[in-house]
Amino acid sequence: MATEWTPSEMMVAAASRELRDREVVFVGIGLPNLACNLARLTHAPNLVMIYESGAVGARPERLPLSIGDPSLVTGSLMICGMADVFQLFLQGGRIEVGFLGGAQVDRYGNINTTVVGEYARPKVRLPGSGGAPEIAIHARRTVVITRLDRRAFPEKVDFVTSPGHRTRAGRRAELGMPGAGPVRVITDRGTLAVNPASGELELESRYPGTTLDDIQSRVGWDLVVRESLKVVMPPTAEELRLLREVVDPQRRFLGA
Amino acid sequence: MSKVITMHDAIAGHVHDGDTLVIEGFTHLIGFAAAHEIIRQQRRKLTLCRLTPDVVFDQMIAADCASKLVFSWAGNPGAGSLHAFRRAVEATPPTLAIEEYSHFGLVARLSAGAAKLPFWPLRNYQGTDLPEVNPLIRSVKCPYTGEWIATVPPLNPDVTIVHAQRADADGNTQVWGLLGVQREAAFASKRVIVVVEELVDSSVIRADPNRTIIPGMIVDAVVVEPWGAHPSYAQGYYDRDNEFYIAWDEISRDPHRVMRYLDEWVYGVKDRAEYMRKRSDLKTRLAAKPAMSGEVSYGY
Repeated sequence: MATEWTPSEMMVAAASRELRDREVVFVGIGLPNLACNLARLTHAPNLVMIYESGAVGARPERLPLSIGDPSLVTGSLMICGMADVFQLFLQGGRIEVGFLGGAQVDRYGNINTTVVGEYARPKVRLPGSGGAPEIAIHARRTVVITRLDRRAFPEKVDFVTSPGHRTRAGRRAELGMPGAGPVRVITDRGTLAVNPASGELELESRYPGTTLDDIQSRVGWDLVVRESLKVVMPPTAEELRLLREVVDPQRRFLGA
Repeated sequence: MSKVITMHDAIAGHVHDGDTLVIEGFTHLIGFAAAHEIIRQQRRKLTLCRLTPDVVFDQMIAADCASKLVFSWAGNPGAGSLHAFRRAVEATPPTLAIEEYSHFGLVARLSAGAAKLPFWPLRNYQGTDLPEVNPLIRSVKCPYTGEWIATVPPLNPDVTIVHAQRADADGNTQVWGLLGVQREAAFASKRVIVVVEELVDSSVIRADPNRTIIPGMIVDAVVVEPWGAHPSYAQGYYDRDNEFYIAWDEISRDPHRVMRYLDEWVYGVKDRAEYMRKRSDLKTRLAAKPAMSGEVSYGY
Protein backbone atom coordinates (compact mmCIF):
# COMPACT_ATOMS: atom_id res chain seq x y z
CA MET A 1 0.00 0.00 0.00
CA ALA A 2 2.12 2.88 -1.27
CA THR A 3 0.58 6.10 -0.06
CA GLU A 4 1.74 9.52 1.01
CA TRP A 5 0.25 8.93 4.43
CA THR A 6 0.19 6.26 7.15
CA PRO A 7 -2.91 4.32 8.29
CA SER A 8 -2.73 6.15 11.63
CA GLU A 9 -2.74 9.54 9.93
CA MET A 10 -5.76 8.50 7.84
CA MET A 11 -7.50 7.26 11.00
CA VAL A 12 -7.00 10.50 12.92
CA ALA A 13 -8.07 12.60 9.91
CA ALA A 14 -11.22 10.46 9.48
CA ALA A 15 -11.97 10.77 13.20
CA SER A 16 -11.58 14.54 13.15
CA ARG A 17 -14.15 14.75 10.33
CA GLU A 18 -16.73 13.23 12.69
CA LEU A 19 -16.85 16.51 14.59
CA ARG A 20 -18.87 19.52 13.56
CA ASP A 21 -18.08 23.13 14.38
CA ARG A 22 -19.53 24.35 17.71
CA GLU A 23 -20.12 20.84 19.00
CA VAL A 24 -19.40 20.07 22.64
CA VAL A 25 -17.00 17.12 22.76
CA PHE A 26 -15.70 15.17 25.74
CA VAL A 27 -12.11 14.35 24.84
CA GLY A 28 -10.36 11.13 25.89
CA ILE A 29 -6.62 10.52 26.22
CA GLY A 30 -4.33 9.64 23.27
CA LEU A 31 -5.77 9.35 19.74
CA PRO A 32 -9.10 11.10 20.56
CA ASN A 33 -7.08 14.04 21.77
CA LEU A 34 -5.27 14.22 18.39
CA ALA A 35 -8.49 13.97 16.40
CA CYS A 36 -10.26 16.70 18.38
CA ASN A 37 -7.29 19.06 18.18
CA LEU A 38 -7.00 18.44 14.42
CA ALA A 39 -10.70 19.23 13.99
CA ARG A 40 -10.28 22.45 15.98
CA LEU A 41 -7.41 23.51 13.72
CA THR A 42 -9.33 22.73 10.50
CA HIS A 43 -13.09 22.67 9.99
CA ALA A 44 -14.27 23.10 13.61
CA PRO A 45 -12.52 26.19 15.04
CA ASN A 46 -15.31 26.69 17.60
CA LEU A 47 -15.30 23.12 18.86
CA VAL A 48 -15.81 23.14 22.64
CA MET A 49 -13.38 20.59 24.05
CA ILE A 50 -14.12 19.33 27.56
CA TYR A 51 -11.61 17.15 29.38
CA GLU A 52 -12.53 14.99 32.38
CA SER A 53 -9.84 16.86 34.31
CA GLY A 54 -12.24 19.83 34.45
CA ALA A 55 -11.01 22.00 31.55
CA VAL A 56 -13.97 23.32 29.55
CA GLY A 57 -13.37 25.03 26.21
CA ALA A 58 -9.65 24.24 26.27
CA ARG A 59 -7.29 25.65 23.61
CA PRO A 60 -3.99 23.94 24.29
CA GLU A 61 -0.98 25.54 22.63
CA ARG A 62 0.95 22.28 22.76
CA LEU A 63 -0.17 18.67 22.40
CA PRO A 64 -1.17 17.65 25.93
CA LEU A 65 0.62 14.40 26.81
CA SER A 66 -1.99 13.72 29.49
CA ILE A 67 -5.58 14.94 29.84
CA GLY A 68 -4.51 16.89 32.91
CA ASP A 69 -1.82 18.94 31.19
CA PRO A 70 -1.35 22.57 32.37
CA SER A 71 -1.75 23.78 28.76
CA LEU A 72 -5.44 22.75 28.98
CA VAL A 73 -5.94 25.35 31.70
CA THR A 74 -4.18 28.41 30.22
CA GLY A 75 -6.71 30.27 28.07
CA SER A 76 -9.59 27.87 28.79
CA LEU A 77 -13.23 29.03 29.14
CA MET A 78 -13.86 27.39 32.50
CA ILE A 79 -12.16 25.16 35.03
CA CYS A 80 -14.39 23.12 37.31
CA GLY A 81 -13.98 20.29 39.79
CA MET A 82 -14.52 16.70 38.70
CA ALA A 83 -17.83 16.36 40.56
CA ASP A 84 -19.14 19.13 38.28
CA VAL A 85 -17.67 17.47 35.18
CA PHE A 86 -19.56 14.25 35.82
CA GLN A 87 -22.74 15.58 37.41
CA LEU A 88 -23.39 18.85 35.59
CA PHE A 89 -21.82 18.24 32.19
CA LEU A 90 -22.11 14.48 31.57
CA GLN A 91 -25.08 13.33 33.67
CA GLY A 92 -26.68 16.72 33.02
CA GLY A 93 -26.80 15.89 29.31
CA ARG A 94 -24.57 18.72 28.06
CA ILE A 95 -22.12 16.57 26.08
CA GLU A 96 -22.89 16.07 22.39
CA VAL A 97 -20.00 13.79 21.43
CA GLY A 98 -17.88 11.50 23.57
CA PHE A 99 -14.58 10.45 22.03
CA LEU A 100 -13.03 7.26 23.41
CA GLY A 101 -10.16 4.89 22.70
CA GLY A 102 -10.42 1.22 23.63
CA ALA A 103 -8.20 -1.83 24.03
CA GLN A 104 -11.03 -4.15 22.88
CA VAL A 105 -14.24 -3.39 21.00
CA ASP A 106 -16.74 -6.14 20.22
CA ARG A 107 -19.53 -6.88 17.73
CA TYR A 108 -22.04 -4.80 19.71
CA GLY A 109 -19.72 -1.90 20.43
CA ASN A 110 -18.96 -2.89 24.01
CA ILE A 111 -15.58 -1.55 25.10
CA ASN A 112 -13.04 -3.20 27.40
CA THR A 113 -10.27 -1.18 29.04
CA THR A 114 -10.15 -3.26 32.24
CA VAL A 115 -8.59 -6.73 31.81
CA VAL A 116 -7.55 -9.28 29.23
CA GLY A 117 -8.56 -12.67 30.64
CA GLU A 118 -10.50 -13.20 33.85
CA TYR A 119 -10.95 -10.26 36.20
CA ALA A 120 -9.71 -12.12 39.28
CA ARG A 121 -6.72 -13.62 37.41
CA PRO A 122 -5.91 -11.19 34.63
CA LYS A 123 -3.53 -12.10 31.81
CA VAL A 124 -3.05 -8.38 31.26
CA ARG A 125 -4.27 -5.79 33.70
CA LEU A 126 -5.34 -2.69 31.72
CA PRO A 127 -5.80 0.74 33.35
CA GLY A 128 -9.56 0.38 33.94
CA SER A 129 -12.55 2.67 33.52
CA GLY A 130 -11.56 6.25 34.07
CA GLY A 131 -14.56 8.24 32.91
CA ALA A 132 -15.28 5.99 29.91
CA PRO A 133 -18.44 4.21 31.19
CA GLU A 134 -20.19 7.47 32.02
CA ILE A 135 -19.16 8.94 28.65
CA ALA A 136 -20.52 5.91 26.77
CA ILE A 137 -23.75 6.09 28.80
CA HIS A 138 -24.39 9.85 28.76
CA ALA A 139 -22.82 11.51 25.69
CA ARG A 140 -25.51 11.98 23.04
CA ARG A 141 -23.30 9.95 20.71
CA THR A 142 -19.95 8.28 21.23
CA VAL A 143 -17.18 7.84 18.67
CA VAL A 144 -14.50 5.22 19.31
CA ILE A 145 -11.05 5.32 17.75
CA THR A 146 -8.96 2.12 17.80
CA ARG A 147 -6.52 0.41 15.42
CA LEU A 148 -8.09 -2.57 13.60
CA ASP A 149 -6.50 -5.76 14.84
CA ARG A 150 -7.93 -9.21 15.55
CA ARG A 151 -7.01 -9.07 19.23
CA ALA A 152 -8.68 -5.67 19.60
CA PHE A 153 -11.91 -6.70 17.82
CA PRO A 154 -13.12 -9.99 19.37
CA GLU A 155 -16.70 -11.15 18.92
CA LYS A 156 -17.19 -10.61 22.67
CA VAL A 157 -15.03 -8.51 25.00
CA ASP A 158 -13.52 -10.14 28.10
CA PHE A 159 -15.00 -7.40 30.32
CA VAL A 160 -17.59 -4.72 29.57
CA THR A 161 -16.05 -1.52 30.91
CA SER A 162 -18.22 0.80 28.79
CA PRO A 163 -21.50 -0.42 27.35
CA GLY A 164 -22.29 -0.63 23.66
CA HIS A 165 -25.65 -1.61 22.18
CA ARG A 166 -26.24 -5.10 23.56
CA THR A 167 -24.84 -6.65 26.73
CA ARG A 168 -25.77 -9.63 28.89
CA ALA A 169 -28.06 -7.25 30.80
CA GLY A 170 -30.05 -6.46 27.65
CA ARG A 171 -30.33 -3.89 24.91
CA ARG A 172 -29.29 -0.34 25.42
CA ALA A 173 -32.80 1.15 25.23
CA GLU A 174 -34.10 -1.29 27.87
CA LEU A 175 -31.36 -0.27 30.31
CA GLY A 176 -32.29 3.40 30.43
CA MET A 177 -29.13 4.92 29.00
CA PRO A 178 -29.61 8.54 27.90
CA GLY A 179 -27.01 8.58 25.09
CA ALA A 180 -26.94 6.72 21.77
CA GLY A 181 -23.67 4.95 22.68
CA PRO A 182 -20.76 4.10 20.35
CA VAL A 183 -22.43 4.81 17.03
CA ARG A 184 -19.20 4.78 15.04
CA VAL A 185 -15.79 3.13 15.38
CA ILE A 186 -12.94 4.75 13.48
CA THR A 187 -10.06 2.36 12.76
CA ASP A 188 -6.86 2.57 10.72
CA ARG A 189 -8.42 0.54 7.86
CA GLY A 190 -11.96 1.87 7.66
CA THR A 191 -14.95 2.87 9.76
CA LEU A 192 -17.67 0.77 11.41
CA ALA A 193 -21.14 2.08 12.19
CA VAL A 194 -23.89 0.60 14.32
CA ASN A 195 -27.01 -0.89 12.78
CA PRO A 196 -29.72 0.53 15.05
CA ALA A 197 -31.99 -2.50 14.52
CA SER A 198 -29.48 -5.25 15.31
CA GLY A 199 -27.12 -3.25 17.54
CA GLU A 200 -24.23 -4.67 15.50
CA LEU A 201 -21.21 -2.82 14.13
CA GLU A 202 -21.05 -2.97 10.31
CA LEU A 203 -18.41 -1.88 7.82
CA GLU A 204 -19.50 1.51 6.58
CA SER A 205 -16.40 2.72 4.75
CA ARG A 206 -12.87 1.67 3.93
CA TYR A 207 -9.75 3.72 3.34
CA PRO A 208 -8.03 4.00 -0.06
CA GLY A 209 -5.68 1.07 -0.65
CA THR A 210 -7.41 -1.35 1.77
CA THR A 211 -9.19 -4.56 0.80
CA LEU A 212 -12.31 -6.14 2.26
CA ASP A 213 -10.42 -9.39 2.85
CA ASP A 214 -7.77 -7.62 4.89
CA ILE A 215 -10.39 -5.79 6.94
CA GLN A 216 -12.41 -8.97 7.60
CA SER A 217 -9.24 -10.83 8.64
CA ARG A 218 -8.73 -8.24 11.39
CA VAL A 219 -12.20 -8.65 12.91
CA GLY A 220 -13.30 -11.56 15.12
CA TRP A 221 -16.85 -11.92 13.76
CA ASP A 222 -18.49 -12.10 10.31
CA LEU A 223 -18.54 -8.45 9.45
CA VAL A 224 -21.60 -7.14 7.60
CA VAL A 225 -20.46 -4.94 4.71
CA ARG A 226 -22.97 -2.23 3.85
CA GLU A 227 -24.14 -2.02 0.25
CA SER A 228 -23.49 1.70 0.44
CA LEU A 229 -19.80 1.07 1.35
CA LYS A 230 -17.78 4.20 0.65
CA VAL A 231 -14.09 4.79 0.10
CA VAL A 232 -12.99 7.60 2.41
CA MET A 233 -11.24 10.67 1.01
CA PRO A 234 -7.52 10.47 1.86
CA PRO A 235 -6.04 13.02 4.28
CA THR A 236 -5.63 16.44 2.69
CA ALA A 237 -2.24 18.11 2.45
CA GLU A 238 -3.34 20.53 5.17
CA GLU A 239 -4.51 17.74 7.52
CA LEU A 240 -1.16 15.98 7.06
CA ARG A 241 0.82 19.16 7.64
CA LEU A 242 -1.06 19.92 10.87
CA LEU A 243 -0.76 16.36 12.14
CA ARG A 244 2.97 16.23 11.44
CA GLU A 245 4.00 19.75 12.39
CA VAL A 246 1.48 20.87 15.03
CA VAL A 247 -0.67 18.14 16.55
CA ASP A 248 1.84 15.33 17.13
CA PRO A 249 5.27 16.36 15.80
CA GLN A 250 7.03 13.82 18.04
CA ARG A 251 4.70 11.09 16.71
CA ARG A 252 4.01 9.99 20.27
CA PHE A 253 0.53 8.73 19.38
CA LEU A 254 0.71 8.57 15.56
CA GLY A 255 3.64 6.13 15.61
CA ALA A 256 6.25 5.72 12.90
CA MET B 1 -2.41 29.39 66.23
CA SER B 2 -0.09 28.29 63.46
CA LYS B 3 -0.54 24.75 62.13
CA VAL B 4 2.73 24.88 60.22
CA ILE B 5 4.95 21.86 60.93
CA THR B 6 7.62 19.89 59.05
CA MET B 7 6.72 17.14 56.59
CA HIS B 8 8.41 14.64 58.89
CA ASP B 9 6.21 15.65 61.83
CA ALA B 10 3.04 15.85 59.74
CA ILE B 11 3.42 12.26 58.50
CA ALA B 12 4.64 10.96 61.89
CA GLY B 13 1.70 12.56 63.66
CA HIS B 14 -1.14 11.96 61.23
CA VAL B 15 -0.45 8.91 59.03
CA HIS B 16 -0.50 5.56 60.83
CA ASP B 17 -0.08 1.94 59.76
CA GLY B 18 -3.39 0.54 58.48
CA ASP B 19 -4.91 3.96 57.71
CA THR B 20 -7.14 4.67 54.74
CA LEU B 21 -5.22 7.40 52.93
CA VAL B 22 -6.25 9.70 50.12
CA ILE B 23 -3.65 11.71 48.20
CA GLU B 24 -5.72 13.47 45.55
CA GLY B 25 -4.81 15.74 42.63
CA PHE B 26 -5.83 14.89 39.06
CA THR B 27 -2.50 15.00 37.20
CA HIS B 28 -2.08 18.45 38.82
CA LEU B 29 -0.77 18.99 42.39
CA ILE B 30 -0.02 15.37 43.26
CA GLY B 31 1.65 15.18 46.67
CA PHE B 32 4.89 13.37 45.83
CA ALA B 33 6.90 14.94 48.69
CA ALA B 34 4.34 13.64 51.20
CA ALA B 35 4.29 10.19 49.59
CA HIS B 36 8.08 10.00 49.71
CA GLU B 37 8.06 10.87 53.43
CA ILE B 38 5.47 8.10 54.03
CA ILE B 39 7.80 5.68 52.22
CA ARG B 40 10.78 6.88 54.28
CA GLN B 41 8.83 6.39 57.52
CA GLN B 42 7.91 2.88 56.30
CA ARG B 43 4.16 3.02 56.83
CA ARG B 44 2.57 -0.38 56.18
CA LYS B 45 -0.84 -1.87 55.30
CA LEU B 46 -2.32 1.38 54.06
CA THR B 47 -5.52 1.40 52.01
CA LEU B 48 -4.55 3.84 49.26
CA CYS B 49 -7.37 5.73 47.50
CA ARG B 50 -7.03 7.88 44.39
CA LEU B 51 -8.94 8.20 41.13
CA THR B 52 -5.66 7.76 39.25
CA PRO B 53 -3.04 5.89 41.33
CA ASP B 54 -0.43 7.50 39.05
CA VAL B 55 3.32 7.12 39.56
CA VAL B 56 2.89 8.29 43.17
CA PHE B 57 0.99 5.17 44.28
CA ASP B 58 3.07 2.93 41.97
CA GLN B 59 6.08 4.01 44.05
CA MET B 60 4.21 3.42 47.34
CA ILE B 61 3.06 -0.02 46.15
CA ALA B 62 6.65 -0.87 45.16
CA ALA B 63 7.84 0.30 48.60
CA ASP B 64 5.38 -2.09 50.30
CA CYS B 65 3.28 0.63 51.97
CA ALA B 66 -0.09 -0.63 50.67
CA SER B 67 -2.29 -3.65 51.25
CA LYS B 68 -5.25 -2.35 49.24
CA LEU B 69 -5.91 0.08 46.40
CA VAL B 70 -9.21 1.89 45.74
CA PHE B 71 -9.10 3.49 42.28
CA SER B 72 -10.73 4.20 38.93
CA TRP B 73 -7.91 4.49 36.34
CA ALA B 74 -4.53 2.85 36.93
CA GLY B 75 -2.31 3.95 34.06
CA ASN B 76 0.71 6.21 33.68
CA PRO B 77 -1.07 9.19 32.09
CA GLY B 78 0.13 9.67 28.53
CA ALA B 79 3.09 7.35 29.04
CA GLY B 80 1.96 3.72 29.50
CA SER B 81 1.45 1.33 32.42
CA LEU B 82 2.10 1.40 36.15
CA HIS B 83 4.25 -1.70 36.27
CA ALA B 84 4.60 -2.09 40.06
CA PHE B 85 0.79 -2.02 40.29
CA ARG B 86 0.51 -4.51 37.43
CA ARG B 87 3.04 -6.91 38.96
CA ALA B 88 1.08 -6.85 42.22
CA VAL B 89 -2.34 -7.56 40.65
CA GLU B 90 -1.14 -9.94 37.93
CA ALA B 91 0.74 -12.09 40.51
CA THR B 92 -0.69 -15.46 41.59
CA PRO B 93 -2.05 -14.88 44.13
CA PRO B 94 -2.23 -11.08 43.86
CA THR B 95 -0.21 -9.20 46.48
CA LEU B 96 -2.51 -6.17 46.46
CA ALA B 97 -6.28 -6.13 47.01
CA ILE B 98 -8.22 -3.84 44.66
CA GLU B 99 -11.59 -2.09 44.78
CA GLU B 100 -12.45 -0.52 41.46
CA TYR B 101 -14.87 2.17 40.27
CA SER B 102 -15.18 4.57 37.37
CA HIS B 103 -14.11 8.17 37.96
CA PHE B 104 -17.72 9.24 38.49
CA GLY B 105 -18.21 6.44 41.02
CA LEU B 106 -15.18 7.37 43.09
CA VAL B 107 -16.01 11.10 42.94
CA ALA B 108 -19.50 10.15 44.15
CA ARG B 109 -18.06 8.13 47.05
CA LEU B 110 -16.07 11.16 48.23
CA SER B 111 -19.10 13.44 47.73
CA ALA B 112 -21.20 11.14 49.95
CA GLY B 113 -18.40 11.05 52.49
CA ALA B 114 -18.11 14.84 52.55
CA ALA B 115 -21.88 15.33 52.85
CA LYS B 116 -22.21 12.55 55.47
CA LEU B 117 -24.81 10.71 53.39
CA PRO B 118 -25.24 6.88 53.47
CA PHE B 119 -24.89 6.65 49.68
CA TRP B 120 -24.68 8.79 46.55
CA PRO B 121 -26.99 8.14 43.57
CA LEU B 122 -25.70 8.24 40.02
CA ARG B 123 -27.23 7.29 36.70
CA ASN B 124 -24.44 4.96 35.70
CA TYR B 125 -23.08 1.41 35.32
CA GLN B 126 -25.99 0.07 33.20
CA GLY B 127 -24.65 -2.77 31.06
CA THR B 128 -21.15 -2.65 32.56
CA ASP B 129 -19.45 -5.55 34.36
CA LEU B 130 -18.15 -3.31 37.17
CA PRO B 131 -20.97 -4.02 39.70
CA GLU B 132 -20.28 -7.73 39.24
CA VAL B 133 -16.67 -7.40 40.43
CA ASN B 134 -17.37 -4.68 43.02
CA PRO B 135 -20.35 -5.55 45.27
CA LEU B 136 -20.26 -2.05 46.80
CA ILE B 137 -21.76 -0.70 43.55
CA ARG B 138 -25.48 -1.27 44.11
CA SER B 139 -28.77 0.30 43.06
CA VAL B 140 -31.88 1.80 44.62
CA LYS B 141 -35.40 2.39 43.35
CA CYS B 142 -36.16 6.10 43.12
CA PRO B 143 -39.07 6.89 45.50
CA TYR B 144 -40.42 9.52 43.07
CA THR B 145 -40.12 7.97 39.61
CA GLY B 146 -39.58 4.26 40.28
CA GLU B 147 -36.39 4.35 38.22
CA TRP B 148 -33.50 2.12 39.34
CA ILE B 149 -30.43 4.19 39.97
CA ALA B 150 -26.87 3.14 40.85
CA THR B 151 -25.45 3.93 44.28
CA VAL B 152 -22.03 3.95 45.90
CA PRO B 153 -21.27 4.16 49.64
CA PRO B 154 -19.45 7.08 51.29
CA LEU B 155 -15.67 7.12 51.48
CA ASN B 156 -14.40 8.69 54.70
CA PRO B 157 -10.61 8.41 54.76
CA ASP B 158 -8.60 8.56 57.97
CA VAL B 159 -6.34 11.12 56.38
CA THR B 160 -6.28 13.16 53.17
CA ILE B 161 -3.20 14.93 51.86
CA VAL B 162 -3.72 17.84 49.47
CA HIS B 163 -0.94 19.68 47.69
CA ALA B 164 -1.83 23.31 46.87
CA GLN B 165 -0.30 26.51 45.58
CA ARG B 166 -0.75 28.47 48.79
CA ALA B 167 -2.30 28.57 52.26
CA ASP B 168 -2.09 30.67 55.38
CA ALA B 169 -0.78 29.32 58.68
CA ASP B 170 -4.28 28.24 59.71
CA GLY B 171 -4.66 26.09 56.58
CA ASN B 172 -7.02 28.23 54.51
CA THR B 173 -5.98 26.80 51.18
CA GLN B 174 -6.14 28.22 47.67
CA VAL B 175 -5.87 26.29 44.42
CA TRP B 176 -6.13 27.35 40.80
CA GLY B 177 -5.86 25.32 37.64
CA LEU B 178 -7.30 21.80 37.68
CA LEU B 179 -9.26 21.23 40.90
CA GLY B 180 -9.78 17.47 40.74
CA VAL B 181 -11.71 16.13 43.71
CA GLN B 182 -9.56 17.62 46.49
CA ARG B 183 -12.34 19.68 48.04
CA GLU B 184 -14.63 16.66 48.49
CA ALA B 185 -11.74 14.46 49.69
CA ALA B 186 -10.71 16.99 52.35
CA PHE B 187 -14.28 17.45 53.64
CA ALA B 188 -14.78 13.66 53.73
CA SER B 189 -11.62 13.03 55.73
CA LYS B 190 -11.10 12.66 59.49
CA ARG B 191 -7.71 14.41 59.26
CA VAL B 192 -6.34 16.76 56.59
CA ILE B 193 -2.73 17.66 55.79
CA VAL B 194 -2.19 20.55 53.40
CA VAL B 195 1.18 20.86 51.64
CA VAL B 196 1.85 24.17 49.88
CA GLU B 197 4.25 25.80 47.51
CA GLU B 198 3.97 29.06 49.46
CA LEU B 199 2.84 30.11 52.90
CA VAL B 200 1.01 33.45 52.67
CA ASP B 201 -0.43 35.93 55.09
CA SER B 202 -4.16 35.62 55.80
CA SER B 203 -4.68 38.97 54.09
CA VAL B 204 -3.69 37.35 50.77
CA ILE B 205 -6.39 34.71 51.26
CA ARG B 206 -8.97 37.28 52.34
CA ALA B 207 -8.25 39.45 49.29
CA ASP B 208 -9.42 36.60 46.99
CA PRO B 209 -11.77 34.28 48.92
CA ASN B 210 -13.32 32.68 45.80
CA ARG B 211 -10.03 30.87 45.23
CA THR B 212 -10.16 29.07 48.60
CA ILE B 213 -11.14 25.39 48.20
CA ILE B 214 -10.38 24.15 51.74
CA PRO B 215 -11.10 26.21 54.85
CA GLY B 216 -8.63 26.16 57.74
CA MET B 217 -11.30 24.80 60.10
CA ILE B 218 -10.94 21.29 58.60
CA VAL B 219 -7.13 21.34 58.33
CA ASP B 220 -4.88 19.68 60.92
CA ALA B 221 -1.42 20.49 59.58
CA VAL B 222 0.20 22.82 57.06
CA VAL B 223 3.53 21.87 55.48
CA VAL B 224 5.52 24.29 53.32
CA GLU B 225 7.28 22.32 50.60
CA PRO B 226 8.24 24.17 47.39
CA TRP B 227 8.37 21.81 44.36
CA GLY B 228 6.66 19.21 46.56
CA ALA B 229 4.48 18.01 43.68
CA HIS B 230 7.31 17.21 41.26
CA PRO B 231 7.16 15.24 38.86
CA SER B 232 3.52 16.36 38.90
CA TYR B 233 3.06 20.12 38.53
CA ALA B 234 1.72 23.26 40.15
CA GLN B 235 -0.01 25.66 37.76
CA GLY B 236 1.83 28.97 37.70
CA TYR B 237 4.86 27.49 39.53
CA TYR B 238 6.30 24.61 37.49
CA ASP B 239 5.38 22.37 34.56
CA ARG B 240 4.67 18.65 34.62
CA ASP B 241 7.86 16.62 34.19
CA ASN B 242 6.61 14.55 31.26
CA GLU B 243 10.13 13.24 30.69
CA PHE B 244 10.06 11.63 34.12
CA TYR B 245 6.59 10.11 33.59
CA ILE B 246 7.86 8.58 30.34
CA ALA B 247 11.06 7.40 32.07
CA TRP B 248 8.99 5.75 34.84
CA ASP B 249 7.43 3.45 32.24
CA GLU B 250 10.94 1.98 31.74
CA ILE B 251 12.10 2.17 35.37
CA SER B 252 8.97 0.50 36.74
CA ARG B 253 9.28 -2.49 34.38
CA ASP B 254 12.25 -3.73 36.41
CA PRO B 255 11.81 -4.21 40.20
CA HIS B 256 15.58 -3.75 40.73
CA ARG B 257 15.54 -0.42 38.92
CA VAL B 258 12.56 0.66 41.04
CA MET B 259 14.51 -0.18 44.21
CA ARG B 260 17.54 1.73 42.93
CA TYR B 261 15.28 4.71 42.20
CA LEU B 262 13.78 4.60 45.70
CA ASP B 263 17.26 4.21 47.27
CA GLU B 264 18.58 7.26 45.46
CA TRP B 265 15.59 9.63 45.42
CA VAL B 266 13.50 8.63 48.46
CA TYR B 267 15.51 6.76 51.13
CA GLY B 268 18.70 8.51 50.03
CA VAL B 269 17.49 12.05 50.77
CA LYS B 270 16.35 13.55 54.05
CA ASP B 271 13.55 15.66 52.62
CA ARG B 272 12.28 17.46 49.53
CA ALA B 273 14.80 20.28 49.95
CA GLU B 274 17.65 17.80 49.60
CA TYR B 275 15.90 16.15 46.62
CA MET B 276 15.74 19.59 44.97
CA ARG B 277 19.42 20.29 45.70
CA LYS B 278 20.26 17.07 43.85
CA ARG B 279 18.03 18.10 40.92
CA SER B 280 19.28 21.60 40.15
CA ASP B 281 18.26 21.04 36.50
CA LEU B 282 14.55 21.09 37.35
CA LYS B 283 14.20 24.80 37.97
CA THR B 284 15.67 25.76 34.59
CA ARG B 285 13.77 23.07 32.72
CA LEU B 286 10.33 23.29 34.34
CA ALA B 287 9.80 26.71 35.97
CA ALA B 288 6.50 28.18 34.72
CA LYS B 289 6.32 31.18 32.43
CA PRO B 290 3.96 33.80 33.87
CA ALA B 291 0.40 34.09 32.53
CA MET B 292 -1.29 36.46 34.96
CA SER B 293 -5.05 36.55 35.52
CA GLY B 294 -6.94 39.80 35.36
CA GLU B 295 -8.03 41.35 38.60
CA VAL B 296 -11.59 41.62 39.90
CA SER B 297 -13.03 43.96 42.48
CA TYR B 298 -14.57 42.43 45.60
CA GLY B 299 -15.80 45.89 46.62
CA TYR B 300 -19.37 46.81 47.50
